[in-house]
Amino acid sequence: MLRYIFEPGFFASGPVHVALAVGTVVAVTSAVVGVFTVIRGQSFAGHALGDIATTGGSGAFLVGVNQFWGYLAFGAGAAAFMEMIGVQRRRGRDVATGVVLGAGLGLAALFLYLGTQYSSTTGASFTILFGSMFVITSSTIPALIISALLALATVVVLGRVLLLSSLSPDIAAARGVPVRAVGAAFLMALAVSVALSAVIIGSVLSTALLIGPAATALRVTKGPVRAMAVAAGIGVAATWLGIVLAYDSFYWPPARRGWPVSFFVVTLIVGCYLVSYLRPRRERQDSTREAPDTEQVCSPA
Amino acid sequence: MTADLLRLDEVAVRLGGREILNDVSFTIAAGEFTGLIGPNGAGKTTLLRVILGLQPVTRGSVLMDGAPRAARDASIGYVPQKLVIEPDMPLRVRDVVSLGVDGHKFGIRLPSRARRELVDDMLTAVGAQRYANARVGELSGGEQQRVMIAHALISRPRLLLLDEPLANLDISSEQGIVSVLARLARAERIAVLLSAHDMNPLMPVMDRIVYVAAGRVAVGRTDEVVQPDVLSRLYGQHVDVIRVHGRILVVAAPQDTTGRDEVEGIDDAGPREGASVVR
Repeated sequence: MLRYIFEPGFFASGPVHVALAVGTVVAVTSAVVGVFTVIRGQSFAGHALGDIATTGGSGAFLVGVNQFWGYLAFGAGAAAFMEMIGVQRRRGRDVATGVVLGAGLGLAALFLYLGTQYSSTTGASFTILFGSMFVITSSTIPALIISALLALATVVVLGRVLLLSSLSPDIAAARGVPVRAVGAAFLMALAVSVALSAVIIGSVLSTALLIGPAATALRVTKGPVRAMAVAAGIGVAATWLGIVLAYDSFYWPPARRGWPVSFFVVTLIVGCYLVSYLRPRRERQDSTREAPDTEQVCSPA
Repeated sequence: MTADLLRLDEVAVRLGGREILNDVSFTIAAGEFTGLIGPNGAGKTTLLRVILGLQPVTRGSVLMDGAPRAARDASIGYVPQKLVIEPDMPLRVRDVVSLGVDGHKFGIRLPSRARRELVDDMLTAVGAQRYANARVGELSGGEQQRVMIAHALISRPRLLLLDEPLANLDISSEQGIVSVLARLARAERIAVLLSAHDMNPLMPVMDRIVYVAAGRVAVGRTDEVVQPDVLSRLYGQHVDVIRVHGRILVVAAPQDTTGRDEVEGIDDAGPREGASVVR
């Protein structure tokens, strides 16, 4: 039975080992950072960082550096810029992000075009945009793992403070929390996990691994700690299953050259999210009768 | 020196060239229930933010126990205005209350039985134990207020500031919140400073009133402050204080230009222009 799931050579393959190890670390990091990203309503910032990482990755490819450093440098730079222009203000944030995104993707198009002209490897643009866990350069593995642990540690150490300032920035500030610095530190952790996610499923798809498992977990759990655990489980399961399926697909039509692993990972994550909708949300029984004023509280006074 | 818990001396705040507060002085003693009353836009929220240390003063001083307020001061609890918690916010009621203990601290906290009991006790004290495990965003406005009061009180503050906690509540939730606060203020000797544009729900429990209009205040016992001459001086125009069916309405005399009465507590907009100093 198992031989039909795991094609011959799966467990002996070096690239598979790397993909499983790095994929697991990145999936856990993305899931945990993702839960806070969704809670803080910064999913759009995460997506913007992914698009700007595309520019960095393609620029790195052009100058012959590993694309992870490109993702990281541009993502961190963009995070700093977003913090500077004030991601707190909704309108300014939307306009500035939109303009910067356009410029970033335009540059990415140029870099990818020039890069493929010089090296005539169209596979590189595909790897930057849509990633591949099977071509991770072994020399970057320590950097990937250390970055992941740093991002994870940042978010875990800031956990309660992030929750309190999401609940009310004013309460947090009144209790002595440096709300702005905490927000900036979180944005940096977000940029790092976007860069990591870009390595394994590509810069364009990186938000899927960040937001998908977190959003699903938040639908089916109530508390933040449980949500992080469930999100990590979904992310890791989707990554592992994606790797297995991608390895199997080497024998699949049409070309018998394998389907992209990112396709499987993203499809599994989106599938999980859709399945979470099938499950009816637990309704509150006890105090619905006493709740005629919810509507008024939500509308501006 | 008297044993004042909080003391404001001649506090003034200017923002963008506009005078928000001017010459605001009052004291609050431990266990006292004070209403911060005034029309919308009078400066109530700014005044609370000054006390919290979130709003720097242009002039004057704010003292807790006779000393300037220290940062990270746990002696003041705060329930902000119009807190909108979305239904998908993944925080249970007990998570929110638990954040009141150490939400400002870094690092990991392991679950403990003692904390769980502390949270349960606090939820019982504010009458919110029934929905301890519900998502806070799915509660009604009145229920959320109780949860935020529990959040503010669990760190054992000696002064509790609440910004318009009764706004948009139905009458029974309103009375519930007021009685919970009054009981805790008496039992735990917590000083409560609660802002509201309508003083009527607070009349049974208020020890003192800080009436704000046009950035200035009149302070004293309710019956001293809610007088036509005092409020007329504060507003800088003639107002009447009308008692009807046990309710107090502050009514401005018809203006030459508009010829229209403005009735506080009904459309909650009192007169604002041309105030003079109240001594």
